[in-house]
Amino acid sequence: MSIISVKNLTKKFNGITAVDNISFEVEEGTIFGFLGPNGAGKTTTINILCTLLSPTSGSAFIAGHDCMKESSEVRKAIGIVFQDTTLDKDLTAYENLIFHAYLYNVAKNKMREQVDNVLRFVDLYARKDDLVKKFSGGMKRRLEVARGLIHWPGVLFLDEPTLGLDPQSRTNLWEFISELPVKHNVTIFMTTHYMEEAEVCDRIAIIDNGKIIAIGTPDELKKAVGGEIVYIRTTDNANARKEIEKLFRLNVSEKNGELYLSCEMGDTCIPEIIRTIGERVLSVRVQRPTLNDVFLQLTGKTIREEETSSFDSVKESVRAYRRRHE
Amino acid sequence: MEFNAIYVIVAREFKKFIREKSRLFSAIARPLLWLFIVGAGISRLVPRDTGVPYTQFIFPGIIGMTILFSSIFSSISIIWDKEFGFMKEILVAPVSRFSIVIGKALSGTIVSTLQAVIILALFPLLGFKLSLLQIMAVIFICASVSFCISTFGIVLATFYESYESFSVIMNFIIMPMFFLSGAMYPVRLLPDILRLVAKLNPLTYGIDAMKHAIFPHEAGPMGPDFSLTTDAAAIIITSIIFILIAGKAFERKK
Repeated sequence: MSIISVKNLTKKFNGITAVDNISFEVEEGTIFGFLGPNGAGKTTTINILCTLLSPTSGSAFIAGHDCMKESSEVRKAIGIVFQDTTLDKDLTAYENLIFHAYLYNVAKNKMREQVDNVLRFVDLYARKDDLVKKFSGGMKRRLEVARGLIHWPGVLFLDEPTLGLDPQSRTNLWEFISELPVKHNVTIFMTTHYMEEAEVCDRIAIIDNGKIIAIGTPDELKKAVGGEIVYIRTTDNANARKEIEKLFRLNVSEKNGELYLSCEMGDTCIPEIIRTIGERVLSVRVQRPTLNDVFLQLTGKTIREEETSSFDSVKESVRAYRRRHE
Repeated sequence: MEFNAIYVIVAREFKKFIREKSRLFSAIARPLLWLFIVGAGISRLVPRDTGVPYTQFIFPGIIGMTILFSSIFSSISIIWDKEFGFMKEILVAPVSRFSIVIGKALSGTIVSTLQAVIILALFPLLGFKLSLLQIMAVIFICASVSFCISTFGIVLATFYESYESFSVIMNFIIMPMFFLSGAMYPVRLLPDILRLVAKLNPLTYGIDAMKHAIFPHEAGPMGPDFSLTTDAAAIIITSIIFILIAGKAFERKK
């Protein structure tokens, strides 16, 4: 059964189309990912689904409730972790969660127990009476995820949940998030521009310039790009190339002194290749398509282009800061 | 209306108020400066035979100032909440916008009434003799004025997105509201244009009502400028107008 159902959703801001006629369904108890570069329309879509924005046209339903007309019902059914921290840093972890429990009308006799539960769940129980301003980025994120779960929502929205976290915190957070659908029957709707994070999703929609350009399981999307790519280095590329082309009746190309060809099952091609060209082989490797390749093929650009440049600008400003203070 | 939500919005504000010792300290220090330094200085310029002594005359005005500052500060915290993202947590909750506005208005009311009461407790130092009934009346007026100014502050906060706008609010709204409220000088002695502006200022009526309660028998130029009925009507009507505007302003979706 679909718990989120979106049809022909469009959102325009002063003539700029942020979300362009998108439609998708999310099955209950699954992890659904929105993958796309910054500015693709991911956050706008989340804001419409969680009733903070009205769409220009189209419809969106969560757990059977209309996101435009029954915003109160929708809000009860969802939990959200926004891209930027939305905690009160001057309150303790516990106070932040109690605030949330009151807002969502959690029964008074279950409130404390429930807050303690989610705190243990994200491993912050020992720190519950500390002010949030003393927390690290990873702890804040975990606390926000915990907060989003207090009222046991059917759907948990995570907008770039690991942005700004160190690799270890990211891994921990993913382990935790990927268990939620199974352990607590929570459907996850997440956005990310990290390819490796999108791999945990059951289904992914790739979004670029406000449009969904592909949708499916990670495997389906990768298969659509083509098979695996086998790279071979030999002592005699020209002849080896001809022989392999004859063997598979496939086009073999050459780049940086390496021959490469794409085949359905790379692993089974290798023995045949070696048998054919024998001792001339220097090395063989197989590259499996990544979501990055999917994105590259669909949009003609890599998803990281933008990200590296913003990361570079951070590094640049850190350097400038150091120069001033040395 | 969601009472749980209103309660917790007020509780949060109150907790933060108690925790921030410096905020409490400056909230009390400011009126003391006005009362004992500015008041003492200006009182030398005011003839002694005009009615209540000047240091006593400004007492209701300084209570009004305490309320003005703390109510606006409390409501302006909405801008901080927007800036630091916490407002989103409130806005996506299944809570009506009206409850949020009421919660914020009551937060401001409670916090500033408390501060006003602390200043009010200084009355013996200024040579006043107030009956219990008078004290109760002043506290009641303080609460009503606090509510009114807090709702006004919420309306302000909905129009400003970042805290850089705070100095604009401070210089162009709070200070003129204070100076044109009958706090420092009787409204009836103001030049025509300024008197007109003072009459549009809700704080004027709040301070005037306190003058009624604190020196009820003073009929000269230092006494109240309006009737108590006018004061009450002005406070109630402006509160209703502001709360409706604030509710509407919060409701809008982009």
